[in-house]
Amino acid sequence: MAAILDAKGLNKSFGAVTAAKDINVAVEQDSVVGLIGSNGAGKTTFINMVTGYLKPTSGAIHFDGRDITALSPRQITQLGICRSFQIPQLFNTMTVHENLLVGVGIVAAAGKRWSSDNHTYADPSKAVDAMLDEFNLGAYRDRTAGLLPEGTRKLLDIAMAMVVRPRILLLDEPTSGVSADEKFVLMDMVMAAVKQHKVTVLFVEHDMDVVERYTHRVLAFYEGRIIADGEPTDVLNDVEVRRYVIGGHIAPAGAASHA
Amino acid sequence: MRIDRNSIAVVLVGVVLLALGPVLPSWAVSLLNVALCYGTVVLGMMLLMRTGIVSFGHGLYYCLGAYAAGLLDHFGKMPDMLLMVGAGAVTAGLVAAVLGLLLAKYRDIFFAMLSLAFSMILYGLLVKTASLGSTDGFNVAAKTVGGIVIAEDSVRIVVYSLAVVFATLSAFLLHQYLASHQGRLAGAIKDNELRVEYMGASVKAAVHRNYVISAVLAGIGGALMAVNIGHIDPEMTYWPQSGEFVFVAILSGTGSVFAPLGGALVFEAIRSFAYEYSPNTWQMVLGITMLLVMIFLPGGLWSLFTRKRGA
Repeated sequence: MAAILDAKGLNKSFGAVTAAKDINVAVEQDSVVGLIGSNGAGKTTFINMVTGYLKPTSGAIHFDGRDITALSPRQITQLGICRSFQIPQLFNTMTVHENLLVGVGIVAAAGKRWSSDNHTYADPSKAVDAMLDEFNLGAYRDRTAGLLPEGTRKLLDIAMAMVVRPRILLLDEPTSGVSADEKFVLMDMVMAAVKQHKVTVLFVEHDMDVVERYTHRVLAFYEGRIIADGEPTDVLNDVEVRRYVIGGHIAPAGAASHA
Repeated sequence: MRIDRNSIAVVLVGVVLLALGPVLPSWAVSLLNVALCYGTVVLGMMLLMRTGIVSFGHGLYYCLGAYAAGLLDHFGKMPDMLLMVGAGAVTAGLVAAVLGLLLAKYRDIFFAMLSLAFSMILYGLLVKTASLGSTDGFNVAAKTVGGIVIAEDSVRIVVYSLAVVFATLSAFLLHQYLASHQGRLAGAIKDNELRVEYMGASVKAAVHRNYVISAVLAGIGGALMAVNIGHIDPEMTYWPQSGEFVFVAILSGTGSVFAPLGGALVFEAIRSFAYEYSPNTWQMVLGITMLLVMIFLPGGLWSLFTRKRGA
């Protein structure tokens, strides 16, 4: 299957600090890819480069065969690559309903000019209600976004990325700050929406249970490089990954599920 | 177009003000006239503040509107009130469309100071232009409305009615805009520009659009003031004038299109009475008023109504 996202030879330096070294990744359509690594390993730098927030020092990124390396975040979003953030980026003084309405309004105003999938919203108000149902946010409809619990803020942040009906969704630590009880509920809901809309997903995650449960493929980052790339069980049991990313004291991947 | 309760209220207030015109004492008509001109400018300031930016140079467009109106009479020999207001709006809009390309890149104090700089450039040009009366400016005399000659004893009430119509129309259209997707985007930009860009909208284009709209409103206000006062001078773009618009905007609050018009009326009333009863210290009265508003009503006078509703 042809790659929907193809990053070749990506390097990123900040002065003397190298944040990404020769990153080569091809992502197939409809796959769910986990990005793991310790803090500063280069995961978020990779996401920032794909979404246009950072420009690579060298290398190229292609989306559906088109070079997007030099495009702005807005142009990349319009093509169908959307993201959520480690710290949710919401309109904090607005209600949950208004947050989604702004997003739906942007897409509706663009009509079919964006090339993602010619999707638009004929009735913005109905579309927002549907999103509220899909992400189980109905109870928070009229609550101010800035005052929501962290798990709900994360969910709203992801819902806002989904408003644009992306073809690729990048999630930066979707379960960080979310309680252990809530994280699987949140991920189940997100993955159900992703599956329904046929979205390719890349997500940064520190919780290996989440990675193992939801991904088809895992990329392990260390000091700006990808040190392992493959199926979750293989990568999570890789010697280098266990030494540099997971830590040797954690039970081997698959052990819990096979016990 | 969405006709809601506020849209109807705007039109009703306009109709009431029009009906009251002939029966109000002349001092009240004068007070309302100036308040409506100011209020129209501050409607534009409100839009900018909702977008998260403050202009310390909107005197530029107020003055451009007034001079465009004045020049129609002075050089064009077309002393028609409607044409004058139209010329003010178009001139201000065109200049803002150009300057906005630069200004839309800036935020906070940089936006405020750059807008102030542009207004002071116009001030410098006007005081050095002898053909436009330099520091003295020149007189403006509007004589017709839509080609119909106005009797001399009706000029005051016609000018007042024109101010009511344009202020009402401006408030009505701005309310429609704020309730639209583009209007909601203003609040979103104020909250989080990064998220707006990551949802595919151009922050710069939205800021530019709102800046032009606010300039058009300032141009209309300036042209109305030129017609109302019958005289224009470079003081209209001097920094205290721009500061006054910011003052009224803060005094009013940004919660509704009624706020700038009501706030402008309160401002003019306080200024007129303070000047009447305390001619040497009237600025102090305004200063204390602002101090009290900022301490007790940080959301402006309009928050008095929203607090009551929320209680």
